[in-house]
Amino acid sequence: MDELRDLYQDVILDHNRRPRNRGRLAHPTATLEGFNPLCGDRLTLDLEVDGGVIRDAAFDGEGCAISTASASLMTEAVKGLTVDQAERLFDDVHAMLIGGGEPEKVGKLAVLGGVKDFPTRVKCATLAWHTLHGALQHRHDMVSTEEETP
Amino acid sequence: MNFDPAALRSEFPILSRPVRGKPLVYLDNAATTQKPRRVIETLERYYAESNANVHRGVHFLSERATAAYEGARETVRRFLNAKEAREIVFVRGTTEAINLVAAGFGRSRLQPGDEVVITALEHHSNIVPWQLACEQSGAVLKVAPIDDAGQVILEEYRLLLTERTRIVALAHVSNALGTVNPAREMIALAHAAGAPVLVDGAQAVAHHRVDVQALDCDFYAFSGHKVYGPTGIGALYGKAQWLEALPPYQGGGEMIRQVTFEKTTYADIPQKFEAGTPNIAGAIGLASALDFLAETGLDAVAAHEHDLLVYATAMASEIPGLRIVGNAQEKSGILSFVLEGVHPHDIATVLDREGVAIRAGHHCAMPVMARYGLAATARASFALYNTRQEIDALAAALRKTRELFHG
Repeated sequence: MDELRDLYQDVILDHNRRPRNRGRLAHPTATLEGFNPLCGDRLTLDLEVDGGVIRDAAFDGEGCAISTASASLMTEAVKGLTVDQAERLFDDVHAMLIGGGEPEKVGKLAVLGGVKDFPTRVKCATLAWHTLHGALQHRHDMVSTEEETP
Repeated sequence: MNFDPAALRSEFPILSRPVRGKPLVYLDNAATTQKPRRVIETLERYYAESNANVHRGVHFLSERATAAYEGARETVRRFLNAKEAREIVFVRGTTEAINLVAAGFGRSRLQPGDEVVITALEHHSNIVPWQLACEQSGAVLKVAPIDDAGQVILEEYRLLLTERTRIVALAHVSNALGTVNPAREMIALAHAAGAPVLVDGAQAVAHHRVDVQALDCDFYAFSGHKVYGPTGIGALYGKAQWLEALPPYQGGGEMIRQVTFEKTTYADIPQKFEAGTPNIAGAIGLASALDFLAETGLDAVAAHEHDLLVYATAMASEIPGLRIVGNAQEKSGILSFVLEGVHPHDIATVLDREGVAIRAGHHCAMPVMARYGLAATARASFALYNTRQEIDALAAALRKTRELFHG
């Protein structure tokens, strides 16, 4: 069960059971839908960006524990960051999830790192982050985890 | 005959390999079945001893390969109890078989305003080819709904059958829920309305005796790899008059009688539908698998798998928070379920670490999932080599999953 506990750490199970920032924002400045065609999971991400700073973030949708916890942790982490800082965080987290990054760079989000030993589950974790990246790039169409990664 | 799963298991080399340090419990048989040693050896022997192209060469090996390939066609005929071997077309699998028929109907028989009837239980491969045919021809796709148990509502199905119905396509067994459709009755109803019927037998042939003459279906499609045979081979049965009436699916060598730049005449059935060099080794391997199944005895297999389903259903009802999706009266060995508070993909990941292979997802049947308001289910599906002990292992792994997620 050790590898399983690396994947399903207490923080992840907790965010799965009680997701933070779940729901919709009243006045989002950016909204984007993310889709993982491999499993059918979808989420909608709302951001409120003001003066280059992410003031608020929320997500909605049903998904597995990994994708729910990843979205929950992400919305917590990006609140208060500048758009540039959030983009850098996306780069660092994405690198960690696909197995090439340094977990020290991402602080608490390192709990998501266990997914790199579960190749079929990596996209569950990256879904929310791809959606964040797309929203910050002012995309309006749906983001898919099957797209080429920048 | 005494049915002995332990003895049968020893014929499947892969079943004795460990997975992640645990004994493999393979319960993803609706996706693909494992292969008995004799099928693996048949493929190897064909390439080592008989390989040549079929139907053309006059040399020794070509004659031998042709005899084996046509012998395989006869084996499929016997397996389905078709009237004639020429009613069996070798294809890549169920998907290609359905595309062949749907494309033929789309090009030659469907007119604007005509209707194609399918059911709400279908796999994407028995939906999308008909959507393509309808798009091309202006015909309309009609869908017979299912009830909460996952059974086609026959009164609604009956109402969809009209003088505009050109063809009906239905699953013999649902891959997502395990429902066994009353195919014979549904075929008779379609015929009464003047419509031919294609049956998608992908989930049926490995588990139940199929007799296409008794069913009186017009087309029957199945895949080799779901019936203990190789991937990339399958068969389409079509009544001779239907295969003769349909246009060719692909053009090329093997399917012609004579070619000039002005006009080409086509070969007789079934070669008319077998353009290019076929999957010769695959066909011979499939025949070997069908012989294995016939020797094992399909009635005994069906009884064994029914016992597993009953046992698994009882096991599932004892796991708190587990809900079975699909409770048809007539069910094949498929257990689709959800576990409260745990997403199916998380179930599958935890089970995998216990050596238990199941499927999680929409099972290429998104409309079925939508019918139940679900994005996904977990699915355990049984084969002749599965045992009650393996279902106990599934139960133990599911309890572990619950503990992990609910603490």
